[in-house]
Amino acid sequence: MEKRSVFNSWWLPILFALPQILLILLFFYWPAIAVMKWAFTLEPPFGGAAEFVGLTNFKEVFADPFYWKSVAVSLIFALCGTFFTILVGLVLAIAVDRQLPGSGLFRFLYILPYAIAGPAAGMAFRFILSPERGLMASVNAAFPDFWNPAKYGTHALVLVIVIFAWKWAGYTFIFLLAGLQSVPRSLAEAAAMDGAGPIRRAVDIQVPLLAPTLFFLLVIMMTEGFVGSDTFGIVHSTTGGGPNHGTEVMVFRIVDEAFKGLNYSGASAQSIVLIGLIMIFTFIQFRFIEKRVHYK
Amino acid sequence: MNKVSKMADIDIRAVRKSYGKTQTLHGVDLCFASGEFVVILGPSGCGKSTLLRMIAGLEEITAGEIAINRRVVNRLEPRERGCAMVFQNYALYPHMTVAQNIGYALKVASVPKVERERRIKETAKVVGLCEYLTRKPAALSGGQRQRVAMARAIIREPKVFLFDEPLSNLDAKLRVTMRAEIRKLHQRLSATSIFVTHDQVEAMTLADKLVVMNKGHVEQVGQPLDIYHRPASVFVASFIGSPAMNLFDTRVEVDTASVRIGAAQVPIDPALAARLRGRDLTIGIRPEQCVVLPDGGRVPAKIDFIEELGSGRVVHAEMGDQTFAAVIGEHVNVRAGDRIGLELPSSQLHFFDRDSGRRIDMEINSSVPQQVAGASTLAIAH
Ligand SMILES: Nc1ncnc2c1ncn2[C@@H]1O[C@H](COP(=O)(O)OP(=O)(O)O)[C@@H](O)[C@H]1O
Ligand SMILES: [Mg+2]
Repeated sequence: MEKRSVFNSWWLPILFALPQILLILLFFYWPAIAVMKWAFTLEPPFGGAAEFVGLTNFKEVFADPFYWKSVAVSLIFALCGTFFTILVGLVLAIAVDRQLPGSGLFRFLYILPYAIAGPAAGMAFRFILSPERGLMASVNAAFPDFWNPAKYGTHALVLVIVIFAWKWAGYTFIFLLAGLQSVPRSLAEAAAMDGAGPIRRAVDIQVPLLAPTLFFLLVIMMTEGFVGSDTFGIVHSTTGGGPNHGTEVMVFRIVDEAFKGLNYSGASAQSIVLIGLIMIFTFIQFRFIEKRVHYK
Repeated sequence: MNKVSKMADIDIRAVRKSYGKTQTLHGVDLCFASGEFVVILGPSGCGKSTLLRMIAGLEEITAGEIAINRRVVNRLEPRERGCAMVFQNYALYPHMTVAQNIGYALKVASVPKVERERRIKETAKVVGLCEYLTRKPAALSGGQRQRVAMARAIIREPKVFLFDEPLSNLDAKLRVTMRAEIRKLHQRLSATSIFVTHDQVEAMTLADKLVVMNKGHVEQVGQPLDIYHRPASVFVASFIGSPAMNLFDTRVEVDTASVRIGAAQVPIDPALAARLRGRDLTIGIRPEQCVVLPDGGRVPAKIDFIEELGSGRVVHAEMGDQTFAAVIGEHVNVRAGDRIGLELPSSQLHFFDRDSGRRIDMEINSSVPQQVAGASTLAIAH
């Protein structure tokens, strides 16, 4: 028979859970409620109680062309970032899964970037890919302005996406490697007997069987790309949202508005739109993509 | 199908396999004729799968050579060797339908869709899977999965079929059916087949040529009946036949021309006794060859317990400090605890050298006349 330990009093279990409950209340529910409140009110400039203004804040946000630009930048950032993190992670995982000599070392090396904080990676890449002194400097010497993220918004956006992918590929790599190793080796062997080479085996057998993992990573990475702390950190430390709002992702714009512009109401309204967007994305993913996933 | 081009002979020369420092195959030499049905039999862990996988190209060959149709294949990829393999767990692609599973090899080979579908139907008919072509493997029974695995192998019309314990996941009845079907299929396709198993009944019933392996060595190669009647070593003697052969460690007593088994003396040919003087021997006799006499006989024994087989019974008896099994008919009336006598016909005794475990071949115990050595010759069978 199964033995269960049972608390005799009601307050003891609550006491054990209290630290966690406090943390959640303090850092999740309270800010969330504050954001809801700010989004629909306006602080009078010279003090006094906040005024309820209905949807005015939202109307203002939607009327701002830079806001729509940040939505577009965020979309591109999240979609490309997700695509490349998963692609790079998958290629690395398939390579390591072949267990050629030295794969243990590479497994370690590929996971490593994930342990580095986004802003730090951003700083490093600012130098590595600096147009005057970095890896691209010699190309720039031959073709001036071939690579200049300080001048061109698209270059800057490519730069932050590269940093994001560099860091998060380590994360997708772990999951995909674990997924690959749970695919029975005899399946790949059977495919080899059927005449398929390594790439064909990866495409026909291994990747389809990774579908659940890929779907999971799709949801996680899209969310991370939209609201992850790294998204803000990388943009903040690398381009500061520029040049000309070219890398101003939604989270960056929200923080900028709130703490530089001190426009809490506008920032809160944007946060709520962002949350709504993420919910829609996650819904679409579950509704339309999950159906194609084989869970065996 | 064009049979001639589909056949291949296989030469395995001094093949070794090591994983790191541990060696699992210690020099295997085998030669299979084309169209032969070879069964590799041995206990679990003896290296059967390893050998099969080396032929398939799934495992690196540490030393030695494997040639298929006189072409050394050591460095060839699996797809270049022309072998098809049926895996023990079937290894069906779970995300593909039965038809896609069967046709995958053709798809990889870029066979046009129309022809591919025709051949999938044809093959499905051979193994009786026509109604299941659109199902996924998860929706099939064990026997049906087994058939898909077979179909996937035959559709390629391979020169060599490799089977790695393909029946061990099936229930007993299905195993018998599939065994017969595999044999029929072989007669039809007549590709060289290598079938790995640890089940001696499968091995005896299927094999043209039987290879018995133990601990990474080949113990004996031959026709199943030859191996049954003339096991080349103590290992083969104990591994083949059910119930297992009775084995006793003993010596020859020259002055009485007999061997001591338990408390009893079994007389043997005096010339033989003279030859075996002073040697440590292991003597074997099959339970089917022992005669049980309810009212006492040459060797007194006491029945421990009796196993019913339906067609007969196995008597487990004790004589002195030795235990002993004998097969009796159902009409013999004995019970556990009874005192009985045993007849051990000396013509049915198998003699083995105790140190090497190898057979000592003598006329006296050989029932296969054409391989009899001269009466006075003493040979250790290879
Ligand atoms: N990849 C491997 N690494 C190390 N040892 C292995 C490996 N594969 C098999 N072996 C060892 O080789 C021996 C033979 O294995 P195998 O050929 O699978 O035996 P079986 O006769 O049961 O098919 C076993 O002792 C097993 O432990
Ligand atoms: Mg095996």
